[in-house]
Amino acid sequence: METTDALKAKPVYLNLGPSHPAMHGTLRLFCELDGEVIVRAVPEFGYLHRGFEKHCENSTWTQVIPYTDRLNYVSPMMNNVGYCKAVEELIGIQIPERAQVIRVIICEMNRIIDHLVATGTNVVDIGALTNFWYYFNVREKFYNLIEKMCGARLTTAYTRIGGVMRDLPPNFDAELRQYIVELDQAIKDVSGLLNKNKIFLNRTVGVGVISKQDAIDHGFTGPCLRATGVAYDIRKTEPYYGYETYDFEVVVAEHGDTYDRIVLRFEEMRQSVRILEQALKRLKPGPIMTDDRRVALPPKVEVYTSIEGLMNHFKLIYEGIRPPAGEIYSCTEAANGELGFYIVSGGEGHPYRVKCRAPCFPIYQAYPKMIEGRMIADAIAVLGGLNIVAGELDR
Amino acid sequence: MCLEILKTAFPDAVLEAALGRGQAVARVKPDRLLEVLRFCKQDPRLQMDFLMDVVAVDFLQESPRFEVLYILYSLLHNHRLRIKVRVDDGQSLPSAIEIWKSADWAEREIWDMMGIPFEGHPNLKRILMYEGFQGHPLRKDYKMEKRQEIPEIQEIPD
Amino acid sequence: MPSVAENNILTTKLNEVVAWGRKYSLWPLPYGTACCAIEFMGAVSSMFDISRFGAELVRFSPRQSDLLLVLGTINYKQAAVLKKIYEQMCEPKYVIAVGACATCGGFYDNYAVVQGIDEVIPVDVYVPGCPPRPEQILLAIIKLQEKLDAQARGEVAKDVMRASPAILYSEK
Repeated sequence: METTDALKAKPVYLNLGPSHPAMHGTLRLFCELDGEVIVRAVPEFGYLHRGFEKHCENSTWTQVIPYTDRLNYVSPMMNNVGYCKAVEELIGIQIPERAQVIRVIICEMNRIIDHLVATGTNVVDIGALTNFWYYFNVREKFYNLIEKMCGARLTTAYTRIGGVMRDLPPNFDAELRQYIVELDQAIKDVSGLLNKNKIFLNRTVGVGVISKQDAIDHGFTGPCLRATGVAYDIRKTEPYYGYETYDFEVVVAEHGDTYDRIVLRFEEMRQSVRILEQALKRLKPGPIMTDDRRVALPPKVEVYTSIEGLMNHFKLIYEGIRPPAGEIYSCTEAANGELGFYIVSGGEGHPYRVKCRAPCFPIYQAYPKMIEGRMIADAIAVLGGLNIVAGELDR
Repeated sequence: MCLEILKTAFPDAVLEAALGRGQAVARVKPDRLLEVLRFCKQDPRLQMDFLMDVVAVDFLQESPRFEVLYILYSLLHNHRLRIKVRVDDGQSLPSAIEIWKSADWAEREIWDMMGIPFEGHPNLKRILMYEGFQGHPLRKDYKMEKRQEIPEIQEIPD
Repeated sequence: MPSVAENNILTTKLNEVVAWGRKYSLWPLPYGTACCAIEFMGAVSSMFDISRFGAELVRFSPRQSDLLLVLGTINYKQAAVLKKIYEQMCEPKYVIAVGACATCGGFYDNYAVVQGIDEVIPVDVYVPGCPPRPEQILLAIIKLQEKLDAQARGEVAKDVMRASPAILYSEK
């Protein structure tokens, strides 16, 4: 029996380190391997911790908005909307109708581009490179549109507290419809390449399974939770900006494996397209910023002709917005799940505390559970499907 | 209504329970915290199966200094609740990890950023900052620009 | 005698040929951390097409690449890893710092972020922007190619090309 003990292999420790092609963003996974099978895995992150929360405490309420862009940098406008929604609820103001429809449009557009990156990079890790190009071409078209809206492709800072920064560009309707057609074609192309592909099915079906109970216990939300069978979507349970009046479905899968997560994202993109088409019909001319003088700058005519307008303008520029003291927790359905902002205000021109509840934080926590007992290649395939964005995870 | 259920079940542990901007918030005593949280999860009228987040706020001028919040959600009843608890600098809280697994990393982050220890947590190490960082950055008395020396790469012990 | 060996037509032409080979076959290592990595993915995609410059063969291993593209914020936890990756690359190696965060820390002037990767490794080309457009990243590659040419012609001495890294920031 000594011979079998001597022949037993010692475990190998592999560091899938922060600089690795398949680690989306800077994540680290320290694995204990037995052959090629992962026996134990310890994830580590914090390699992109940029002190978002500390910066929020040292900036005015509006200056926080560019910092929120960089949280989930593949769908930046959703973070802008999430933060501005929280502050508006704290102050207790309503944004005008047109601004609400614009926010729905940008949320859905950003959901689409987030899912494009998530599925595109996921299948690249599995080996299917062509889909990446198809998706990125469509993404460039959306970026062109976003650039016309606010001047930047990625770090948009489009929303302001009380509305949006700038109105939609002319001809927005026709361009978006044209890009939606191209998106549909791209999804069809990619599904055609993947859906019946035996290699793809072997690599993803049954890989990285998590049960419904575990997912809820770990605090999953978003596509990863819906892939296990729980139909939780904030747009349906706690609707905001008129989502209860839009006709769309919550996509739910059964098994909770990687295949489900990828195909669920395809289907969610189609549902987002449905919402976009309905929202485009609802766009009516109107103001894009509230006229509540506590948050919005008065029109220039008033500033130059009346003393109250001048003082209001001066106070808003010099001291910033001052929400009343209190706290609030506000959440939206971001592309990855429930993006929550817990904000404490001390009644000053800068937030007292901002905590961003990142949707991929609990998901990455459960990652070792999904890959223990599987091989390294499976670990990579699973990681792509979870759509861990390091900016959000580390803040 | 969550707050009435909580107040009738724990009349002595719940210090305040109020609606703030339409959101239910309750403040409890730190030594009864785990009981209250367990009740929130298991009671069929509350059934808070999601622990969305654990947040800590530093009120430098007040005493007790820190406030730790548990943001809860129930899938079945579609209601939310926030449980708050106040602790002093150096005081520790029991870990909620046996109740919800999502408390694991959230509590590690609070330890890292604010310095509030959690008893019963299996692995209370720094999670966002590097090992060897001195201090707790999100505290109000830590200056934002204060930087420290760059460390060597850490190998994770098993 | 030394001047004949250095400046005769054969060695200068050889230098230029070597530089021609190097500049049109840069193998990048995209050290992507944050948002700039997404713009780099855009530069690699078919709309902006980095392969016009011969640099489409991204190799994620430091042993196989010669251009380190630092895309995104580097914080103190990451800095040690970045230095190790840089040291593992073989000469000749070039570094492009893409984006405001890699160049100077961006607007993250705080306890966790390195204020510019030249505190840790020497940099050849800096690209400003937050994030820079894909065309700016391509311009950085062009500038690097011009620098390689200048190096070959002897207009710029090899050592001056890179400033030595500053002492790692430490505040007590």
